[in-house]
Amino acid sequence: MELSGGEIIVRCLKDEGVEYIFGYPGGAVLHLYDAIFQQDDVQHILVRHEQAATHAADAYARATGKPGVVLVTSGPGATNAVTGIATAYMDSIPMVVISGQVPTAVIGSDAFQEVDMVGITRPCVKHNFLVKRTEDIAETMKKAFYVATTGRPGPVVVDIPKDITDPGYKIPYHYPETIHMRSYNPAVMGHKGQIKKAVGLLLQAKRPIIYAGGGVILGEACEELREITRLLGFPITNTLMGLGSFPATDKQFVGMLGMHGTYEANLAMHESDVILAVGARFDDRVTGKIAEFCPYAKIIHIDVDPASISKTVMVDVPIVGQVKPVLQQMIDLIQDSKMRPSEDALSAWWSQIDNWRSIDCLAYDRNSEIIKPQYVIEQLYQVTQGDAYITSDVGQHQMFAAQFYPFDKPRRWINSGGLGTMGFGLPAAIGVKLAFPDADVACITGEASIQMCIQELATALQYDAPVKIINLNNRYMGMVRQWQEFNYSGRYSHSYMDTIPDFVKLAESYGHVGIRIEKPGEVKEAIEQAFAMKDRTVFLDFMTDREENVYPMIEAGKAHHDMKLRVAPSAKTERELA
Amino acid sequence: MRHIISILIENEAGALSRVAGLFSARGYNIESLTVAPTEDPSLSRMTLVTRGNDHVIEQITKQLNKLIDVVKLIDLAEAVHIERELMLVKIHTTENSRAEVKRLNDIFRGKIIDVTATSYVVEMTGPSDKLDAFIHSLDPESIIEVVRSGPTGISRGEKGLHL
Repeated sequence: MELSGGEIIVRCLKDEGVEYIFGYPGGAVLHLYDAIFQQDDVQHILVRHEQAATHAADAYARATGKPGVVLVTSGPGATNAVTGIATAYMDSIPMVVISGQVPTAVIGSDAFQEVDMVGITRPCVKHNFLVKRTEDIAETMKKAFYVATTGRPGPVVVDIPKDITDPGYKIPYHYPETIHMRSYNPAVMGHKGQIKKAVGLLLQAKRPIIYAGGGVILGEACEELREITRLLGFPITNTLMGLGSFPATDKQFVGMLGMHGTYEANLAMHESDVILAVGARFDDRVTGKIAEFCPYAKIIHIDVDPASISKTVMVDVPIVGQVKPVLQQMIDLIQDSKMRPSEDALSAWWSQIDNWRSIDCLAYDRNSEIIKPQYVIEQLYQVTQGDAYITSDVGQHQMFAAQFYPFDKPRRWINSGGLGTMGFGLPAAIGVKLAFPDADVACITGEASIQMCIQELATALQYDAPVKIINLNNRYMGMVRQWQEFNYSGRYSHSYMDTIPDFVKLAESYGHVGIRIEKPGEVKEAIEQAFAMKDRTVFLDFMTDREENVYPMIEAGKAHHDMKLRVAPSAKTERELA
Repeated sequence: MRHIISILIENEAGALSRVAGLFSARGYNIESLTVAPTEDPSLSRMTLVTRGNDHVIEQITKQLNKLIDVVKLIDLAEAVHIERELMLVKIHTTENSRAEVKRLNDIFRGKIIDVTATSYVVEMTGPSDKLDAFIHSLDPESIIEVVRSGPTGISRGEKGLHL
């Protein structure tokens, strides 16, 4: 069977089991789009802006564990995709981005819609390729999927000059079943000696904590994480990216840690003597001030990426390997061992943690006459029974979602953690809904974020991907305003917009349903109404408290024990808690 | 501390820019960088001199290893090794200075590889400090041009960096 370059690419996608490609056509990829037109195996989703294509594909990957696939044209198509590529890179999401390029003969001549895509994306991809011969396409595609999905996953760009997809040039098609790259051998098993050492530390710990991140979800190790946590009886905290890796409603879960983490999670980290860090990367939003980070703790760190270990925080027991087999080995060792962590020490530690918990650091004014954003999330949780896929944009609403929607399952919480990309939420929701058409999908957003990819309301209609948009509309860029309130004496420099569209009408003009909610009493009913409309995208525009803040907060440069709380504990309580 | 990192990397377009880009993006410094294909034309050998404390050097080697095109690397400074640098110096000469420059060249065991009525080109190899010493021994006014390759190196003994 002889195929053209364009047909080869589409055929490779089919052979990789790709369901959807998210893309936008243009001059350099016309041959490829013609090949897409002539088949039904891979469905193309036409977005309204290339950034959205990358976010939708990225979220598809986050929700399913399968790589997301993007197709964009050269030049502006390619540069528009860069934000989404960087978003996926920061959160280690497997994605393959095919970008069109000008014909090989004119590369480097500043041709129409030419941009050095390999150069531009180099710092924000796991790897990238410029393919110069039709004969190299199939093998390069195989490499792209292999690199994107193995080891620490990440986005891979394949730049395809127009001439190598010429329908007039056909060659035999062969897709390699496996690929070997001599320069790329990601670690699998951890070092046995190190694992043994780690287990020894865990069994002797008196004030231990498990700190688990997105790597546990990416590495499909949530069951092992649950097992080891229950086996040891230790408290566990999650990073923003790790939420859902351990059931948030479990009593061993002490909440998210870091800048907007819970009082109990941050203090438990600060006071701990042994930390088991699993698939987490000691991000600055997690650690706070490095010099005062967990001063009493011995740290065990499991990560598939050796460069993540001792990058910002020096660790005592590094274990390079996939989290799943490493955790399994640890479980086996613990089960074989006669030793168990000291029950007395653990029960004293838990009563300390329960004391911290008792201050109820997430409390807010539940009797408010204005809609509190936290209340909306709580009601969303009630209505969806905690079982929806939640995507979010970036800002206060993202933190409220992380704090007030406890995730019991992995891959349900879809947000841009590392790069913090506004505009992520809506296209992400579409990507998730396409992957799981029968599931409830909600996008928690704000009036500023949603406007960064609002055009995707059209995509949701065209591809019948009905999602629910929970817009927490406070008429401010809430997080920017919060920092300006705390650090700039309330000088709200450009953190509000004088003109905000009527989102109800906007939703209607895109063929959807829009509802504005202005009173707390209407919140639950509106959410119920929205989810009852199974086949409609519903835009819920909640008029929320303008100046609500996210608490607790560790301000930039401060340590875990230096949290700003909504209500500071009295001196007496502080003494009792200590 | 000064480190000399020797890298085997796929001899592909853009491989060099991945290494250079990594250093600028992460704020590491490069003192010098040399690169050329090895006896296996599909591989290049890169020698990179950098400075940093142990923590920084550990990160540099990890981040380099993470690049998909990097096959293997070693930090030569971790063991006994030999370093050599090639230098070409074009020196302005006068009737009075020619003999002195020739004599200095002999002391440093250089080679004069180009001669005109008013200039010499000296070729010299050796550890970088020897080349520095030669430069310092010349009259600064007489130096027309200095071209240095940057150090390259190899470990002592039987073991080597190969596939």
